[in-house]
Amino acid sequence: MGKAAENIIKKRWISLYVENEIGVLAKISGLFSGKSYNLDSLTVGETEDETISRMTISVTSDESTFEQIKKQLNRCVEVIKVVDFTDIPIHMKEILFIKVNSLNAGEKEEVFRIAQIYGISVIDCDRSNLLLECVHTESKNNGLIKLFKNSFPNRIEVIKGGSVAIEAISMADR
Amino acid sequence: MEMKGTSLFIKALKEEGVDTLFAYPGGQVIDLFDALYDSEGIEVILPRHEQGLIHAADGYARSTGKVGVCLVTSGPGATNLVTGIATANYDSVPLVCFTGQVPTHLIGNDAFQEVDIVGISRNICKHAITVRDRKDLGRIIKEAFFIARSGKPGPVVVDLPKDIQQAMGSDEYPKEVSIRGYKPNTGVHVGQVRRALSILSQAKKPLFLVGGGVNIADAGREFTRLAELTGMPVITTIMGKGAIPTNHPLYIGNIGIHGNYAANRAISECDVLFSIGTRFNDRITGKITEFAKLASIIHIDIDAASISRNIQVDIPIVADAKTAILKILEEAEALPVKEWTEEVQSWKQEYPLEMKKYEGMTPEIIIHKINEKFRNLIVVTDVGQNQMWTTQYLELDHNRKLLTSGGLGTMGYGLPAAIGAQLGNPGTPVVCISGDGGMQMNIQEMATAVALELPLILCVFNNSYLGNVRQWQEMFYGGRYAYTCLTARRSCAKDCKNPEKCCPKYSPDFVKLAESYDAAGIRVEKTEDIDGALEAALKRTDAPTLIEFIIEPEANVYPIVPTGKPLSEMVMD
Ligand SMILES: Cc1ncc(C[n+]2csc(CCOP(=O)(O)OP(=O)(O)O)c2C)c(N)n1
Repeated sequence: MGKAAENIIKKRWISLYVENEIGVLAKISGLFSGKSYNLDSLTVGETEDETISRMTISVTSDESTFEQIKKQLNRCVEVIKVVDFTDIPIHMKEILFIKVNSLNAGEKEEVFRIAQIYGISVIDCDRSNLLLECVHTESKNNGLIKLFKNSFPNRIEVIKGGSVAIEAISMADR
Repeated sequence: MEMKGTSLFIKALKEEGVDTLFAYPGGQVIDLFDALYDSEGIEVILPRHEQGLIHAADGYARSTGKVGVCLVTSGPGATNLVTGIATANYDSVPLVCFTGQVPTHLIGNDAFQEVDIVGISRNICKHAITVRDRKDLGRIIKEAFFIARSGKPGPVVVDLPKDIQQAMGSDEYPKEVSIRGYKPNTGVHVGQVRRALSILSQAKKPLFLVGGGVNIADAGREFTRLAELTGMPVITTIMGKGAIPTNHPLYIGNIGIHGNYAANRAISECDVLFSIGTRFNDRITGKITEFAKLASIIHIDIDAASISRNIQVDIPIVADAKTAILKILEEAEALPVKEWTEEVQSWKQEYPLEMKKYEGMTPEIIIHKINEKFRNLIVVTDVGQNQMWTTQYLELDHNRKLLTSGGLGTMGYGLPAAIGAQLGNPGTPVVCISGDGGMQMNIQEMATAVALELPLILCVFNNSYLGNVRQWQEMFYGGRYAYTCLTARRSCAKDCKNPEKCCPKYSPDFVKLAESYDAAGIRVEKTEDIDGALEAALKRTDAPTLIEFIIEPEANVYPIVPTGKPLSEMVMD
């Protein structure tokens, strides 16, 4: 029954429509911790209908656990709809800020060069510090963090938001 | 028209058909109590502890199929419900629990007796919500009852801040519910039913496994018809017991770690397992990779999340048990499985359940006497060996007649649940079987039973031990009885295994205890005295009788499947 294929552990994505009410986020995150599901990221925000919030959730799991997660989410009274994004074309972005500190003039030049190549913006600075804003997929952002960590060890500060994702209209751009 | 929140609350209960309210007062519900004082048609039951209260509501709900309704104050009143909420949730019992709350402007301020009960109960109930606006009060109550009783039933918590209770607002109680995130399944996938019937028709050794879902759906009669039509043998979980009469020739017994030999063997040898309304809890599966290893598995369950969670299922059918069984009955046929059924029955004859190791008055004999003496009774158990013996030896002919905390295994459940069952079934004999440990966990409810003039028959199997745990210590921990002796004194020797030598014979004296509550107490130590005690209890119609059975301290429950072992590796005695 193709059990081997089902047991592949990989990153999977869910988009969740929920009631925009107090306690719903706690309910959803409580479900993940209570059932020991491995949650990678969870973002939430209002939609065009202010009574509904939409969450983007990523988990690393095998197929059968993932099926369970979807069923458990569906059981929650506050959950309006669960959409599995795993194998459908989506657009997905994550926001990342990287602050690079104590730069000399040459290093600043280098940061600007990297920013240009990777399509990220320098949004704030003073004489020796730069703040970068990167809006990319999670894996690209992770690559950037690695690059900066290696180039400017112990001089960077990183903060990420979780990913948000939406179905593609014509083609995927992950 | 406008009315106070409290008046709308009472109107709501009446429209939901609530005739019995399990309630305990306090500052944050005093307005509701005041309103109840003048209202008619709802009997308010005052237990002695909120845990007893919610188990009573649970027993009422399980035995009647109606929603059990609780009303308690905020803070400690609410937290005392927690064990009962989890108990009901695990066994899919419909409850609506109203908890008082501090006024909305104080929520979050660590006000006196403020507790975030919605946050605390969120992961152990079907739904939990605080009413934050008077205009939502009617709708939220309506939804609470709907959620509690529909789909897979369960407990719902509705937190009612004091100012919402006091506020004026609309007197309208909605007639209909529409919750966009909650649409319980009502149909049956006919294609799946046909696929199930098709593999059944090829089976050589098919077997029914029935769980609590069949009892909750009140589908016992329909199921029995299906079993008779197909001629397949039937095994149950303890929660499914009673779905088919226990004396029915097709009924083999319970499976699981204390299941009988024939049932556990049948599951290991069957080639199609047709399971209905069970979640394959680890107590019934034993070592999971060995469970029904040779079988294709069909599984009907109302809860999609119960399917393929513990056991990978071949044919899932997400549906209410009764709806699904009725659909199957339309197309099912007799199966040529007579030989297999007879083989399974022969194992049952060959390895009957019996406590052959022990002399004198055993739980087996006591339960057989109960089987003889009572007709159409409801039996409530506590948790432990008393529960296992009851589920092994009790004869039942219908569902909703055995109430037991199967999922959470809550000690202290028995006595209060029996109170609820008796309230919901006046005229039906209600027998509670408990251990000396569990009985003491909600003993205060003796007062409630006496006050309510309930003719409960409370059978305490007194073995002076936390028997179930002691049995494990005996079998799997080298006989080290760590803190399971209930008569031990501080000065006792640590390795004492003979409580009768140095300690009181029993502690407490349950007969005196019963009498102190104004109930009758009888102590039975010999088989000859069982009949008399049961008859005396049966004669009382307006007060409970506690019968303390002094049983062999070290009697064990057999068979037993050790943890991690497959069901086929039962220890028989
Ligand atoms: C509230 C609670 N605490 C602890 C347990 C663990 N436990 C399960 S059975 C058992 C022993 C029960 O002893 P007793 O009530 O005397 O019944 P017996 O097993 O002797 O029939 C214990 C402590 C439990 N199930 N529930």
